[in-house]
Amino acid sequence: MSLPLFFFYLFSIVAVASAFMVVSSRNPVHAVLFLIVVFVNAAGLFMLAGAEFLALILIVVYVGAVAVLFLFVVMMLDVDFRDLRRGSLQYAPIGVLVGIVLLLELLLVAGSAWIAPETPGFGALPIDAGVENTRALGQVLYTRYVFLFQGAAAILLVAMIGAIVLTLRHKTGIKRQDPSVQVNRRVADTLEVVKVKSGQGL
Amino acid sequence: MGLAIGLGHYLTVAAILFTLGVFGIFLNRRNIIVILMSIELILLAVNLNLVAFSAHLGDLQGQVFALLILTVAAAEAAIGLAILVIFYRNLGSIAVEDVNQLKG
Repeated sequence: MSLPLFFFYLFSIVAVASAFMVVSSRNPVHAVLFLIVVFVNAAGLFMLAGAEFLALILIVVYVGAVAVLFLFVVMMLDVDFRDLRRGSLQYAPIGVLVGIVLLLELLLVAGSAWIAPETPGFGALPIDAGVENTRALGQVLYTRYVFLFQGAAAILLVAMIGAIVLTLRHKTGIKRQDPSVQVNRRVADTLEVVKVKSGQGL
Repeated sequence: MGLAIGLGHYLTVAAILFTLGVFGIFLNRRNIIVILMSIELILLAVNLNLVAFSAHLGDLQGQVFALLILTVAAAEAAIGLAILVIFYRNLGSIAVEDVNQLKG
Protein backbone atom coordinates (compact mmCIF):
# COMPACT_ATOMS: atom_id res chain seq x y z
CA MET A 1 0.00 0.00 0.00
CA SER A 2 1.41 3.33 -0.99
CA LEU A 3 1.75 6.11 1.55
CA PRO A 4 -1.01 8.38 0.10
CA LEU A 5 -3.41 5.45 0.02
CA PHE A 6 -2.59 4.60 3.64
CA PHE A 7 -3.30 8.18 4.72
CA PHE A 8 -6.46 8.24 2.60
CA TYR A 9 -7.81 5.17 4.40
CA LEU A 10 -6.73 6.55 7.77
CA PHE A 11 -8.46 9.92 7.24
CA SER A 12 -11.58 8.47 5.66
CA ILE A 13 -12.12 5.74 8.27
CA VAL A 14 -11.69 8.20 11.13
CA ALA A 15 -13.94 10.73 9.37
CA VAL A 16 -16.74 8.22 8.75
CA ALA A 17 -16.55 6.80 12.29
CA SER A 18 -16.63 10.31 13.77
CA ALA A 19 -19.53 11.30 11.51
CA PHE A 20 -21.44 8.31 12.84
CA MET A 21 -20.67 9.44 16.38
CA VAL A 22 -21.90 12.96 15.51
CA VAL A 23 -25.35 11.72 14.57
CA SER A 24 -25.63 9.02 17.24
CA SER A 25 -24.02 10.74 20.23
CA ARG A 26 -26.32 11.33 23.20
CA ASN A 27 -24.55 14.45 24.40
CA PRO A 28 -24.51 17.36 21.90
CA VAL A 29 -21.18 18.61 23.28
CA HIS A 30 -19.64 15.28 22.28
CA ALA A 31 -21.37 15.59 18.91
CA VAL A 32 -19.71 18.98 18.33
CA LEU A 33 -16.31 17.61 19.33
CA PHE A 34 -16.74 14.68 16.92
CA LEU A 35 -17.78 17.18 14.24
CA ILE A 36 -14.40 18.86 14.75
CA VAL A 37 -12.68 15.48 14.21
CA VAL A 38 -14.68 15.00 10.99
CA PHE A 39 -13.62 18.41 9.70
CA VAL A 40 -9.95 17.91 10.51
CA ASN A 41 -9.92 14.54 8.72
CA ALA A 42 -11.82 15.97 5.76
CA ALA A 43 -9.13 18.65 5.61
CA GLY A 44 -6.60 15.82 5.38
CA LEU A 45 -8.55 14.34 2.47
CA PHE A 46 -8.60 17.75 0.74
CA MET A 47 -4.87 18.00 1.26
CA LEU A 48 -4.38 14.58 -0.34
CA ALA A 49 -6.41 15.75 -3.35
CA GLY A 50 -4.11 18.75 -3.76
CA ALA A 51 -6.53 21.39 -2.51
CA GLU A 52 -4.23 22.83 0.14
CA PHE A 53 -5.94 26.21 0.45
CA LEU A 54 -9.37 24.67 0.97
CA ALA A 55 -7.96 22.23 3.51
CA LEU A 56 -6.52 25.03 5.65
CA ILE A 57 -9.66 27.16 5.19
CA LEU A 58 -11.70 24.19 6.39
CA ILE A 59 -9.63 24.00 9.56
CA VAL A 60 -9.60 27.75 10.17
CA VAL A 61 -13.25 28.47 9.37
CA TYR A 62 -14.96 25.29 10.48
CA VAL A 63 -12.90 24.16 13.45
CA GLY A 64 -12.05 27.70 14.47
CA ALA A 65 -15.38 29.42 13.96
CA VAL A 66 -18.38 27.25 13.13
CA ALA A 67 -17.65 24.41 15.56
CA VAL A 68 -16.92 26.88 18.35
CA LEU A 69 -20.20 28.66 17.50
CA PHE A 70 -22.03 25.35 17.86
CA LEU A 71 -20.23 24.70 21.13
CA PHE A 72 -21.19 28.11 22.51
CA VAL A 73 -24.84 27.63 21.58
CA VAL A 74 -24.98 24.11 23.02
CA MET A 75 -23.45 25.24 26.27
CA MET A 76 -25.48 28.48 26.46
CA LEU A 77 -28.88 26.79 26.13
CA ASP A 78 -30.02 25.13 29.32
CA VAL A 79 -31.86 22.26 27.66
CA ASP A 80 -32.42 18.75 28.91
CA PHE A 81 -30.98 16.92 25.94
CA ARG A 82 -32.02 13.52 27.26
CA ASP A 83 -35.61 14.65 26.88
CA LEU A 84 -34.93 15.49 23.23
CA ARG A 85 -33.74 11.96 22.59
CA ARG A 86 -37.02 10.49 23.74
CA GLY A 87 -38.79 8.67 20.96
CA SER A 88 -35.86 9.16 18.63
CA LEU A 89 -35.77 5.48 17.70
CA GLN A 90 -39.31 5.67 16.42
CA TYR A 91 -38.16 6.93 13.05
CA ALA A 92 -34.79 5.14 13.07
CA PRO A 93 -35.91 2.15 10.92
CA ILE A 94 -37.27 4.39 8.17
CA GLY A 95 -34.11 6.50 8.48
CA VAL A 96 -31.94 3.41 8.03
CA LEU A 97 -34.08 2.37 5.05
CA VAL A 98 -33.84 5.78 3.37
CA GLY A 99 -30.11 5.93 4.16
CA ILE A 100 -29.40 2.51 2.64
CA VAL A 101 -31.41 3.30 -0.50
CA LEU A 102 -29.66 6.66 -0.84
CA LEU A 103 -26.21 5.13 -0.29
CA LEU A 104 -26.84 2.38 -2.84
CA GLU A 105 -28.03 4.92 -5.39
CA LEU A 106 -25.04 7.16 -4.81
CA LEU A 107 -22.61 4.25 -5.03
CA LEU A 108 -24.32 2.97 -8.17
CA VAL A 109 -23.92 6.37 -9.82
CA ALA A 110 -20.34 6.77 -8.58
CA GLY A 111 -19.42 3.25 -9.68
CA SER A 112 -20.99 3.38 -13.11
CA ALA A 113 -19.85 6.89 -14.04
CA TRP A 114 -17.31 6.86 -16.79
CA ILE A 115 -15.09 9.76 -17.73
CA ALA A 116 -13.55 9.81 -21.17
CA PRO A 117 -9.79 9.50 -20.83
CA GLU A 118 -9.19 12.60 -22.91
CA THR A 119 -11.35 14.78 -20.62
CA PRO A 120 -8.83 15.47 -17.80
CA GLY A 121 -6.74 18.53 -18.46
CA PHE A 122 -9.23 20.18 -20.78
CA GLY A 123 -11.46 21.86 -18.20
CA ALA A 124 -12.32 25.53 -18.15
CA LEU A 125 -9.49 26.26 -15.70
CA PRO A 126 -6.68 23.72 -16.15
CA ILE A 127 -4.55 23.26 -13.06
CA ASP A 128 -0.99 24.34 -13.73
CA ALA A 129 1.34 22.07 -11.79
CA GLY A 130 3.94 24.83 -11.59
CA VAL A 131 1.71 27.25 -9.68
CA GLU A 132 0.92 26.56 -6.06
CA ASN A 133 -2.71 26.00 -5.16
CA THR A 134 -3.30 29.18 -3.17
CA ARG A 135 -1.83 31.41 -5.85
CA ALA A 136 -3.79 29.70 -8.62
CA LEU A 137 -7.03 30.04 -6.66
CA GLY A 138 -6.38 33.70 -5.94
CA GLN A 139 -5.58 34.42 -9.55
CA VAL A 140 -9.02 33.27 -10.71
CA LEU A 141 -10.99 34.32 -7.65
CA TYR A 142 -10.16 38.00 -8.00
CA THR A 143 -10.51 38.16 -11.78
CA ARG A 144 -12.79 35.62 -13.35
CA TYR A 145 -15.00 34.94 -10.34
CA VAL A 146 -14.91 38.39 -8.80
CA PHE A 147 -18.69 38.78 -8.89
CA LEU A 148 -19.23 35.42 -7.21
CA PHE A 149 -16.60 36.44 -4.68
CA GLN A 150 -18.42 39.71 -3.99
CA GLY A 151 -21.70 37.83 -3.77
CA ALA A 152 -20.21 35.50 -1.16
CA ALA A 153 -18.99 38.54 0.76
CA ALA A 154 -22.50 40.06 0.61
CA ILE A 155 -24.00 36.80 1.91
CA LEU A 156 -21.56 36.83 4.82
CA LEU A 157 -22.38 40.48 5.56
CA VAL A 158 -26.13 39.79 5.52
CA ALA A 159 -25.60 36.75 7.74
CA MET A 160 -23.54 38.78 10.21
CA ILE A 161 -26.04 41.65 10.38
CA GLY A 162 -28.94 39.20 10.55
CA ALA A 163 -27.41 37.24 13.41
CA ILE A 164 -26.68 40.44 15.34
CA VAL A 165 -30.15 41.90 14.75
CA LEU A 166 -31.84 38.64 15.71
CA THR A 167 -29.99 38.10 18.95
CA LEU A 168 -29.45 41.68 20.14
CA ARG A 169 -31.67 42.42 23.11
CA HIS A 170 -32.04 45.81 24.78
CA LYS A 171 -32.63 45.22 28.43
CA THR A 172 -34.80 47.78 30.21
CA GLY A 173 -33.59 49.20 33.46
CA ILE A 174 -29.92 49.44 32.67
CA LYS A 175 -27.99 52.63 32.00
CA ARG A 176 -27.08 53.18 28.37
CA GLN A 177 -25.03 55.84 26.66
CA ASP A 178 -27.00 58.52 24.78
CA PRO A 179 -24.58 60.56 22.66
CA SER A 180 -27.01 63.34 21.70
CA VAL A 181 -27.81 64.07 25.35
CA GLN A 182 -24.11 64.12 26.13
CA VAL A 183 -23.32 66.52 23.30
CA ASN A 184 -26.25 68.84 24.01
CA ARG A 185 -25.42 69.31 27.66
CA ARG A 186 -25.00 72.97 28.59
CA VAL A 187 -23.09 74.40 31.46
CA ALA A 188 -26.22 76.15 32.79
CA ASP A 189 -28.06 72.84 33.11
CA THR A 190 -25.57 71.20 35.35
CA LEU A 191 -23.34 73.76 37.03
CA GLU A 192 -24.43 76.28 39.62
CA VAL A 193 -22.08 78.74 41.31
CA VAL A 194 -23.05 79.32 44.90
CA LYS A 195 -21.76 82.05 47.14
CA VAL A 196 -21.20 80.63 50.57
CA LYS A 197 -21.02 83.05 53.44
CA SER A 198 -18.17 82.35 55.75
CA GLY A 199 -19.06 80.41 58.85
CA GLN A 200 -22.47 79.31 57.60
CA GLY A 201 -22.25 76.53 55.11
CA LEU A 202 -25.05 75.52 52.81
CA MET B 1 -2.16 15.66 -13.05
CA GLY B 2 -4.94 13.84 -11.32
CA LEU B 3 -5.35 12.03 -8.09
CA ALA B 4 -2.89 9.65 -6.52
CA ILE B 5 -5.97 7.87 -5.17
CA GLY B 6 -8.80 6.79 -7.43
CA LEU B 7 -11.82 8.99 -7.91
CA GLY B 8 -14.10 6.17 -6.78
CA HIS B 9 -12.50 6.14 -3.33
CA TYR B 10 -13.33 9.80 -2.80
CA LEU B 11 -16.86 9.43 -4.13
CA THR B 12 -17.48 6.47 -1.82
CA VAL B 13 -16.34 8.35 1.27
CA ALA B 14 -18.45 11.37 0.27
CA ALA B 15 -21.48 9.14 -0.33
CA ILE B 16 -21.10 7.56 3.12
CA LEU B 17 -20.77 10.98 4.78
CA PHE B 18 -23.81 12.28 2.90
CA THR B 19 -25.88 9.26 3.94
CA LEU B 20 -24.81 9.62 7.57
CA GLY B 21 -25.94 13.25 7.45
CA VAL B 22 -29.36 12.27 6.10
CA PHE B 23 -29.60 9.48 8.68
CA GLY B 24 -28.73 11.98 11.42
CA ILE B 25 -31.72 14.13 10.49
CA PHE B 26 -34.01 11.13 10.93
CA LEU B 27 -32.38 9.98 14.16
CA ASN B 28 -32.33 13.40 15.86
CA ARG B 29 -35.54 14.80 14.50
CA ARG B 30 -36.37 16.56 17.79
CA ASN B 31 -33.03 18.29 18.30
CA ILE B 32 -32.42 21.23 15.97
CA ILE B 33 -28.74 21.57 16.93
CA VAL B 34 -27.88 18.06 15.78
CA ILE B 35 -29.99 18.58 12.63
CA LEU B 36 -27.84 21.63 11.82
CA MET B 37 -24.70 19.54 12.39
CA SER B 38 -26.08 16.88 10.03
CA ILE B 39 -26.59 19.56 7.38
CA GLU B 40 -22.96 20.57 7.85
CA LEU B 41 -21.96 16.94 7.25
CA ILE B 42 -24.03 16.83 4.05
CA LEU B 43 -22.40 20.04 2.76
CA LEU B 44 -18.97 18.65 3.64
CA ALA B 45 -19.71 15.55 1.54
CA VAL B 46 -20.69 17.77 -1.40
CA ASN B 47 -17.46 19.73 -1.01
CA LEU B 48 -15.48 16.48 -0.97
CA ASN B 49 -17.08 15.49 -4.28
CA LEU B 50 -16.26 18.86 -5.85
CA VAL B 51 -12.63 18.73 -4.71
CA ALA B 52 -12.22 15.12 -5.87
CA PHE B 53 -13.55 15.92 -9.34
CA SER B 54 -11.45 19.08 -9.45
CA ALA B 55 -8.31 17.06 -8.79
CA HIS B 56 -9.32 14.23 -11.09
CA LEU B 57 -10.16 16.43 -14.07
CA GLY B 58 -7.34 18.89 -13.47
CA ASP B 59 -9.82 21.76 -13.34
CA LEU B 60 -9.68 24.48 -10.70
CA GLN B 61 -13.36 25.41 -11.03
CA GLY B 62 -14.44 22.73 -8.57
CA GLN B 63 -12.28 24.23 -5.84
CA VAL B 64 -13.73 27.71 -6.49
CA PHE B 65 -17.24 26.33 -6.10
CA ALA B 66 -16.22 24.43 -2.97
CA LEU B 67 -14.95 27.71 -1.51
CA LEU B 68 -18.30 29.39 -2.22
CA ILE B 69 -20.19 26.46 -0.67
CA LEU B 70 -18.04 26.79 2.46
CA THR B 71 -19.03 30.47 2.67
CA VAL B 72 -22.73 29.79 2.31
CA ALA B 73 -22.58 26.91 4.80
CA ALA B 74 -20.90 29.13 7.39
CA ALA B 75 -23.54 31.85 6.91
CA GLU B 76 -26.30 29.26 7.17
CA ALA B 77 -24.92 27.88 10.42
CA ALA B 78 -24.65 31.36 11.91
CA ILE B 79 -28.21 32.37 10.98
CA GLY B 80 -29.63 29.00 12.03
CA LEU B 81 -28.00 29.18 15.44
CA ALA B 82 -29.14 32.80 15.89
CA ILE B 83 -32.73 31.78 15.16
CA LEU B 84 -32.30 28.87 17.57
CA VAL B 85 -31.10 31.20 20.33
CA ILE B 86 -34.04 33.62 20.01
CA PHE B 87 -36.43 30.70 19.75
CA TYR B 88 -35.09 29.28 22.99
CA ARG B 89 -35.26 32.71 24.59
CA ASN B 90 -38.94 33.09 23.70
CA LEU B 91 -40.19 29.56 24.35
CA GLY B 92 -37.61 27.92 26.59
CA SER B 93 -37.40 24.86 24.36
CA ILE B 94 -35.61 23.78 21.19
CA ALA B 95 -37.76 20.75 20.36
CA VAL B 96 -38.93 20.67 16.76
CA GLU B 97 -42.55 19.92 17.76
CA ASP B 98 -42.78 23.22 19.64
CA VAL B 99 -42.13 25.17 16.45
CA ASN B 100 -45.78 25.65 15.55
CA GLN B 101 -46.43 29.34 16.13
CA LEU B 102 -47.27 29.94 12.48
CA LYS B 103 -49.90 27.21 12.52
CA GLY B 104 -53.36 28.78 12.24
